[in-house]
Amino acid sequence: MSVFNQSRSRIIRVIFLVAFIFITAQLFYLQVIEGKFRQLAAMDNAVFAKVDYPERGIIFDRNGKAILNNTIIYDLMVTPSEIKGIDTLDFCHLLGIDIEEFKQRVLDAKFKNSAVRPSVFKGLLTQDIQARFEENSWKYPGFNLVERPLRTYPYNAAAHILGYIREADPRDIERSGNFYRQGDYIGKTGLEAYYEDVLMGERGVQYMIKDNKNRLVGHYENGAFDTASIAGRGLKTYIDIELQQLAEKLMANKVGGLVAIDPKTGGILAMVSGPNYDPNDLTGPDGSKNYGKLVLDVTGPMLNRAIGGRYEPGSTFKPLGALVALDEGVITPSYGFPCFGRYTLCGHGKPACTHAGGGHAANVRLSIANSCNAYYAHVYRLAVDNPKYGNVKLGYLKWKEYMNAFGLGVRLGVDLPSESRGNIPDTSVYNKENNNHWTSCTNLTLGIGQDKMLTTPLQMANAMCIIANKGYYYTPHFVDKIDGETDDDSTLMNQFRVRHDVLTHIADTSFNAVIEGMNDVVKFGTARVAQIPGIDVCAKTGTAENYTILDGRRIKLPNNSMFVCFAPKENPKIAIAVFVQNAGYGATWAGPISRLMIEKYLNDTLMKKSEADLDRISKANLMPAYFKRLQYKEDSIRAFKWFKTTKDSAYIKKYLSNTLNPVRSKSGNNSFPIKKEKELVALLPGEKYFLKNLYPFYI
Amino acid sequence: MNQQNPAISKGIDWSLVGIYFLLVAVGLAAIFAATYKEGDAIFQSFIGFKTDYSKQFYFFIMGAVLAFFILLTDSKFFSATANLWYAVGILLLLLVFPFHSRVKGTESIIRFGAFNFQPAEFCKIFVSLALAKYLSRPETDFSKIRSQLIATAIALLPAALTILQSETGLALVYFSFFLVMYREGLPSIILLIGFAVAALIVATIIIEPNTLAFILTGIAIFFAYIFRRQIKRNKAILIRIVFLWFVCVGIQRFAVPYIFQNILQKHQIERIYDLFGKENPYLEKDETLSSAEAKKKKESGSSYNVRQSKIAIGSGRILGKGILKATQTRYDFVPEQRTDFIFCTVGEGFGFVGSIILLGLYLILLFRIVTIAERQRSVFSRCYAYGVAGVFFFHIAINIGMTVGLAPVIGIPLPFISYGGTSLLTFTIMLFILIRLDADRQMVLR
Repeated sequence: MSVFNQSRSRIIRVIFLVAFIFITAQLFYLQVIEGKFRQLAAMDNAVFAKVDYPERGIIFDRNGKAILNNTIIYDLMVTPSEIKGIDTLDFCHLLGIDIEEFKQRVLDAKFKNSAVRPSVFKGLLTQDIQARFEENSWKYPGFNLVERPLRTYPYNAAAHILGYIREADPRDIERSGNFYRQGDYIGKTGLEAYYEDVLMGERGVQYMIKDNKNRLVGHYENGAFDTASIAGRGLKTYIDIELQQLAEKLMANKVGGLVAIDPKTGGILAMVSGPNYDPNDLTGPDGSKNYGKLVLDVTGPMLNRAIGGRYEPGSTFKPLGALVALDEGVITPSYGFPCFGRYTLCGHGKPACTHAGGGHAANVRLSIANSCNAYYAHVYRLAVDNPKYGNVKLGYLKWKEYMNAFGLGVRLGVDLPSESRGNIPDTSVYNKENNNHWTSCTNLTLGIGQDKMLTTPLQMANAMCIIANKGYYYTPHFVDKIDGETDDDSTLMNQFRVRHDVLTHIADTSFNAVIEGMNDVVKFGTARVAQIPGIDVCAKTGTAENYTILDGRRIKLPNNSMFVCFAPKENPKIAIAVFVQNAGYGATWAGPISRLMIEKYLNDTLMKKSEADLDRISKANLMPAYFKRLQYKEDSIRAFKWFKTTKDSAYIKKYLSNTLNPVRSKSGNNSFPIKKEKELVALLPGEKYFLKNLYPFYI
Repeated sequence: MNQQNPAISKGIDWSLVGIYFLLVAVGLAAIFAATYKEGDAIFQSFIGFKTDYSKQFYFFIMGAVLAFFILLTDSKFFSATANLWYAVGILLLLLVFPFHSRVKGTESIIRFGAFNFQPAEFCKIFVSLALAKYLSRPETDFSKIRSQLIATAIALLPAALTILQSETGLALVYFSFFLVMYREGLPSIILLIGFAVAALIVATIIIEPNTLAFILTGIAIFFAYIFRRQIKRNKAILIRIVFLWFVCVGIQRFAVPYIFQNILQKHQIERIYDLFGKENPYLEKDETLSSAEAKKKKESGSSYNVRQSKIAIGSGRILGKGILKATQTRYDFVPEQRTDFIFCTVGEGFGFVGSIILLGLYLILLFRIVTIAERQRSVFSRCYAYGVAGVFFFHIAINIGMTVGLAPVIGIPLPFISYGGTSLLTFTIMLFILIRLDADRQMVLR
């Protein structure tokens, strides 16, 4: 009986075998054919490359004070699954949030990072909250503080020089060839950007094993592939932080730029751009909010006008004009020009001159001391019409070459990003404008620093260095030494250590004539305000007219106040250029500012008179009124665009009433006309007025 | 009859005992690899009954002691008490309902002090014995439908009770007793039809409908070609083939979708697709979950398990990563790592070669059991042996099959290797009763 189905035992074995063959085939497919792919998937699953961020380098001033340092701020982290039995009300009170907010944040944390992993509950705690939390932390299981390094500016100063770091944007990431990743910090402006490679140090990587909930549980292969991070290296700069702070105080509520350079090294002692901002505003809890505010401010507080602002140098250019003509041999130091109040040789009687007669331009020295416009217009013409070059175009090219040698019209190569080259136009510009026929009369105001000539405060300060040094300069720069300088660093730094003997071919007698003239400006001329007992200051004032176009009209703005100088006359130690926009005469604002700087730097103290000046200047608000109008326009246009794209009228509302419409001051200089101002309620893009009685149509 | 055994070792099949110890050792190593965390003191934690591998080690010792006692027992004891044991088994299964643990997902477990006890596992032994007892009765004529129905009832009654405890996987194991019945003369056509329908439904779920229709048509044409001579003589064969093709495609294209769309609830459909690690295609577009929700669901469902399990096994490649270097299995990426998905640890740690060796070991075990079955003089012993072979085969094939994505994820343990006291003891007892019976193979038991 038992044998009669015996053949079936064979079939049963076959069934077993077939099932095992199927499984083997699948194993072969998974492990042998697809194995590599699955190995990668497993790696991705289980190994996490944790980047170990080094501390960024510290920046020191010339006296070794840290002016850009690192500090630690705390993020409050939450691990939702560990929150147990906490007094929520108490906790919310501590953080200053309500219970709804608390619940929402815990929910967000769960959603973003799961309940078992920590996520940020509140980033960048203020010190007050952090201290209170630390005292009571035992009451709140599931919450803990995590250190987060932060940049700090201990002197609240030098925002434009030092720059700031922010999270790398997609463009930075692409440019770096994916070296930076989402969430990495990168220097965006200033020294932070220029010396990014030095300051950032070297990132380390730790390969961590993670489990199924993405918790890190240990080092992969016991850390065999891990690399340690190397801290960023420090920078020693030429900045004198006290001088810098003084300069910032002086430039408060002014638009313009200030640069002070040590002519012997090219090291920049102080640099201010107005309006300024507190660099610490961009770090810490309110960083993003403040950043947004600064970016939208039409006065451009983020702009570095000391290297990016382009200004007509006006009379401050005259010493350079004299030197060119002297070197070209078209005049001698004793060359005089009969000026009777205006320049008549081009037929239109321009430019006019503040002095008339009395031999105020009887030689180079006097012409500088009295700042004779006619003299310098003529000297310019002599230089470009030099018979040596045959025609005005070739003469002009030679003159332009001089300008470039003085550092005008070219980028100097300061160690900050986005430097402007100013403007010294090429002959082609005049050819085009004048149909190829032009003479030295066409652009004779170049001789007095006008026409199309534009310079930056840095360029003018550097030009002062060249005069002070009698022909040479070092590229202006901030960084003196890099900690632990490598060969790569040396290549970077060598460009700042080369002496540029650009104009040493100019005779000492020529330099002396100009320097004496500039000394006379301080002794008897327009810069008497810069006199300092015991210090021989050489200076030149400048005042340039300027206009802006607002609401479709050309508006004359108050003059720009300019001042360039160096001191002492023998063995100069500091060269300064100050440009204050729309402030008035050079001697009124820029002059005293420069004097205070020299005093502070050379004497380390201020005279009694200077203390009073400091008080007066630092309190003066010279922000041009038209900015208000500009801001209003920008804001309303943005609000309108926002309304158009989102149909959210929250922002545009306030522009639809008259009450908030900021209106010009009627007093003298700052006035500008608006027609039918009552009807204007908001502005559309393209500067078309949006009439009040139309707005219900839009809302 | 009353044979005196001078030594209990007489007649024992040592090859089975050897394979048993090998497999248990592999199991201990695998559980160790899956749960060991760096820095644990190995020896202490092995002794301490705190870690899983330590517990499994004690279960193994308990099993070995039990096995020793089984070998001391007279083999007539098993046939004589088979029905009694069956009754006890059913009673235990019924006791689960009032006394089961209240923890969700473990409704089939009775807590007994510190021990958890799962009657549905143990009951396999009793069914093997009872079925063998029934089939070996002299008055049983298994060619009769009535006997066949009774045998089926003996096998499936515990299955029904197990399904009520929501342990579908364990219940399906009882279908492996059809192997015994097949060996004892159950007409193959019944198994064949059952198997074919099951295969067709599974195929409908996992293969894209048009492709499957195409495959079915291909098979029909293939058979028509093979039988072309007979068809010439007898058109009825062609008609049968066409009729079968029609039924198959009908089931695949219309019956199954109809059941899914109109009879089954949404969560039931989802659960079925989940078993195969597939997305539910009957979800309408606008009902699809938001991506975050869907992701969450995915990570909890068994399709996630299967995906992670396949990654783990595949990443072992040919030679494996070495036992403690298996990142996937060591850091809990594969859920149920110690229990149902223990094969991943082997696959990742020892690669293709290691997996093949383990499979080979199992195949030798199964073939050896079949060989032993065929050499029994007693029908009881033979039936019991086939019962053991069927249960082992089902567990091995389905468990490994589900870790490599070939079988639905029904959560049954891998014999001797998966962590779990009940399952280790059950398989140990089953195997050693067989060894005991085999030692007395010359005896005819009733």
